[in-house]
Amino acid sequence: MSLLNVKNLSLSIGSFQILHDVSIDIQPGEIVAITGESGSGKSLTALAVMGLLPHGSVMKGSIWLEKKNILTTSEHDLCSMRGRAMGMVFQEPMTALNPVKTIGNQVAETIIIHERVTKFDANKRAADMLQRVGLTVDPSRYPHELSGGQRQRVVIAMAIALRPKLLIADEPTTALDVTTQARILELLKDLVADFDMGLLIITHDLAVVAEIADKIVVMQNGCIVEAAKTQELLHNIRHPYTKALFNASTHRVILPKYIPSLPLLSVESVARTYNFPRKSVFGPRPKFQALDGVSFHISRGERVGLVGESGCGKSTLTRAILGLEEVQKGQIMLDGQSVFSQKKPNLEVRRKMQVVFQDPYGSFNPRHRVDRLIAEPLHVLENAPIGKDRDLAISKALEDVGLTAADSKKYIHEFSGGQRQRIAIARALIIEPELIIFDEAVSALDVSIRAQVLDLIADLCRKRPLAYLFISHDLSVVRTVTDRVLVMQLGQIVEQGQTEQVFSNPQHTYTQSLIAAAPTLPEVTYAIETI
Amino acid sequence: MKRGLIIGSFLSIIFMGLAFFSFIWIPYDIETLEISNKLKNPNLDHWLGTDHFGRDILSMIMMGARTSIAVALLAVGIGVVIGVPLGLFSAARRGSFIDEVIMRGNDLIFAFPSLVIAILITAVFGPSAVNAIVAIGIFNIPVFARLTRAAALPLWERDFILSARVCGKSEVRISIEHILPNITNLMIVQGTIQFSLGILAEASLSYIGLGAQPPTASWGRMLADAQTLVSIAPHVALVPGLAILLMVLGLNLMGDGLRDLFDPRIKGDRT
Amino acid sequence: MIRYTLGRLVSLIISLVIASLVIFSVIEIIPGDPASFMLGINAREDTLAALRSEMGLDQPLAVRYFDWVIGLLQGDFGNSWTYKTPVSELISDRIWVSLPLAIYALILSTLIAFPAGILAASRRGGASDVTIMGATQMGVAIPNFWFAMIMVLIFAIHLRWFSAGGFPGWSNPLQGLKSLTLPAISLALPQAAILARIMRSSLLDMLSEDFIRTARAKGLTRSQALWRHAVRNALIPVLTIIGLQFSFLLAGGIIIEQIFFLPGLGRLIFQAISARDLIVVESVVMLLVFTVIIVNFAVDLAYAAVDPRLRRKA
Repeated sequence: MSLLNVKNLSLSIGSFQILHDVSIDIQPGEIVAITGESGSGKSLTALAVMGLLPHGSVMKGSIWLEKKNILTTSEHDLCSMRGRAMGMVFQEPMTALNPVKTIGNQVAETIIIHERVTKFDANKRAADMLQRVGLTVDPSRYPHELSGGQRQRVVIAMAIALRPKLLIADEPTTALDVTTQARILELLKDLVADFDMGLLIITHDLAVVAEIADKIVVMQNGCIVEAAKTQELLHNIRHPYTKALFNASTHRVILPKYIPSLPLLSVESVARTYNFPRKSVFGPRPKFQALDGVSFHISRGERVGLVGESGCGKSTLTRAILGLEEVQKGQIMLDGQSVFSQKKPNLEVRRKMQVVFQDPYGSFNPRHRVDRLIAEPLHVLENAPIGKDRDLAISKALEDVGLTAADSKKYIHEFSGGQRQRIAIARALIIEPELIIFDEAVSALDVSIRAQVLDLIADLCRKRPLAYLFISHDLSVVRTVTDRVLVMQLGQIVEQGQTEQVFSNPQHTYTQSLIAAAPTLPEVTYAIETI
Repeated sequence: MKRGLIIGSFLSIIFMGLAFFSFIWIPYDIETLEISNKLKNPNLDHWLGTDHFGRDILSMIMMGARTSIAVALLAVGIGVVIGVPLGLFSAARRGSFIDEVIMRGNDLIFAFPSLVIAILITAVFGPSAVNAIVAIGIFNIPVFARLTRAAALPLWERDFILSARVCGKSEVRISIEHILPNITNLMIVQGTIQFSLGILAEASLSYIGLGAQPPTASWGRMLADAQTLVSIAPHVALVPGLAILLMVLGLNLMGDGLRDLFDPRIKGDRT
Repeated sequence: MIRYTLGRLVSLIISLVIASLVIFSVIEIIPGDPASFMLGINAREDTLAALRSEMGLDQPLAVRYFDWVIGLLQGDFGNSWTYKTPVSELISDRIWVSLPLAIYALILSTLIAFPAGILAASRRGGASDVTIMGATQMGVAIPNFWFAMIMVLIFAIHLRWFSAGGFPGWSNPLQGLKSLTLPAISLALPQAAILARIMRSSLLDMLSEDFIRTARAKGLTRSQALWRHAVRNALIPVLTIIGLQFSFLLAGGIIIEQIFFLPGLGRLIFQAISARDLIVVESVVMLLVFTVIIVNFAVDLAYAAVDPRLRRKA
């Protein structure tokens, strides 16, 4: 008998139908992955199984967990099933824990509310469970003292403290670094085997899916478009949407050949240290060396990638190059001029450099129209175009990124995430800078949109020589859009070289571990009829 | 909660209308005393009755609305004009020494019980409407400064501000061009709330004789005069109190309604 | 924790120093000096000079400030110009009315606001929420001195449950408490309305946090999640308001004392203002500010007890 059997589940909230006839089956000890892009309904499917859907949800069909239909179970009985028969792990480990309670207490709570145990026993079992998930810190610590990966382990310990038969994990590793992701996935796999649990994992990352799942369910707009055993699916992809997803995930752009030329940006032994408040009254001030002797250069027309995990100094370096933050040692020069001159950002340099940020929603002032947003960099020019010329420049910038001149009168909320990133690129291009910094510029986008934006970048490189620094945690993206790559760890550049060379033959142990930890998509084949 | 906004705006507009209308016409002159006509209950001639000097209470309420609204609005003005730039400046220089000084200064003003300081100011400079405005206005400064800073701080970390900085725009220009338009709604809501608090504060001050002085009418002093008469002629105490209550209620409802209107995002309840 | 406490302590001392400077200088800039005020306009120059030197008014400003502060530290507030008795005696007679009144009102306000706020938040959008929110809207809008008048009208004049004013002293604590009850309710209800609204919105903020969803996934019921995870976190903003309210209640007491004829600091300060007995005004204001600053310090320490994140960070 199946552990979990979702049968023809339909869900609507208000007049919106969100899920259409979703059916999923999980056996004990089996890992089933639901994948799809944002808005596909994968997370709501998971919440439906937990009985935690928002108010006003109307459901049809059935969700059988062993012999109980979740849809017809009372809230009271559901409460006694949650945490005992089924546990759930969420995406954001930084906010999933109560900041004012110790981690031990939060794990013990799962045990206390379901079983008649003494506080002492519950705490002891909680400590054991924390150890079981590979956490070595003391249970009396508070969440804010732990790293993201450690917190996610606490959340997992909470979910499995009573050894539920079903574990649901909603994007459990999306907010984590690749090496941490690899360890958490390892832990989940291990727990499934050990406890003979069913695991329903929800993720947008096809490489993760291929690596961990026994069965794959692909969703699009609330429907299941394809579902099969992992190996079967990978070797015989039938549905065009699945095919498009896999294509987009492995998308490679064709960059024009880079012709070696003169240096544009040079970063010379740059260092930046942050001071923290003292921990004790007379103790030493804790310091954090965010950048430690960083040196590299980017030539005209050269596309350079920067990879590293969170806290490695990527953001500090970006801010320093952009002149948003002063460095304590070393020098950053663009085209022979210092980014900072006399403690002030250098306007000369600003004319030659622009930036595209990660968040397509936070990058724009919501109160301005697109024309004003795009025209903002014109401010740095000495004789900025006005009147007709300005309108012309705006139209050209919009058309360059695949939008139309008519879009200039709209507000930013009228655009989708992908379109917003295009607008961000248009804003960067309008002053025809020598260098663009892409700061995780495609990380927040769905794979298919990401592929389009990457194509756009390659396209722009073909139109005119464009040098950029492409900062990303996603190795596969960096691999396709850069000529050279820098690898950062603990504020230092530990390895740099031609992108292909570094990826195929990493020299530094850290680079090797990064590449090893990054999940990769296996070769896939498509069913005859879809080709 | 659209209903709250409508009721609130309706009440606020009525009182502001009364205040404006009093410049053109009031039912009876409030400076002529007609002792023979004192303490009349509401009737056809005097819709809200008369007070212990025989003055028409409706006329007094209209004139009092003028005082209340003028004092409270000017006090909000002081708070906005000084507080908002301070807050913007503080946020632009976040973490600096000057930011620390401004914020500590705000904390300090908060530490003083406002009424006590108002009493001190009027004790020193003598009671008058102007001193009441200053006394109330001073306490609006830290309210707006803190709110502005708190709202501006997360904006400074947003990417669109970073990209404006990359474009070489100065802190002042960014504050005016990008920060201010994004906190205006918040300021309007807070302005409404401070307006209502100002009405209450003005009433308290003039009740204890430290607000506008006779012959200027004020709701607070009407209540002070009514205090000893409350058992003989309750309407003399009820009417001005109700006027304060309704005006403040109206402004609060309007403030809450505006907040919901400006911020349509419904906070998801995770339970 | 030690570091945090020390930090708060330093800012406490700075606040007190600045507060004393402000109050001292406000009194100093008054036109005319107390000696000429006390003797009237027809006083002879030499009598005036004698009185000035007796009152220490001929000393330089800085000396007078330090004398005043050192006096305050020793509990010596100087002598009242009109009563001719030590201000400390005047104050200590009256503080036993004002302080209990403020504390009484604070307790009432908290006792009303917490259940009301929690109930409204847990029944969000339901009938009890709508009722409580409607009541608090009214409560916020009512001027407390008017509310006090209505209370007197109803409970003292019509129902005769309480006396309309006066204070029999603490020789019979129950009688004392009873005579403070109407004033305390008048002070507390409008504050309770504010506190209940803040409690509710703070709780609703917490209920939309991710960790509440985590708690629900563990099998906690809605109300378990509310009580075990939301209430304590929601207390953090509520504590700030309670601290601010104390100062408001202490000061608001000044007016309410007038209505109920209570012999508290309010009465004292009004008599002192009309007699221009500025040393009494100065002392009472300083005392109120001192109390408020101390209460805010206590609130800061309470934060650390509630929020572990404050204990290690500065």
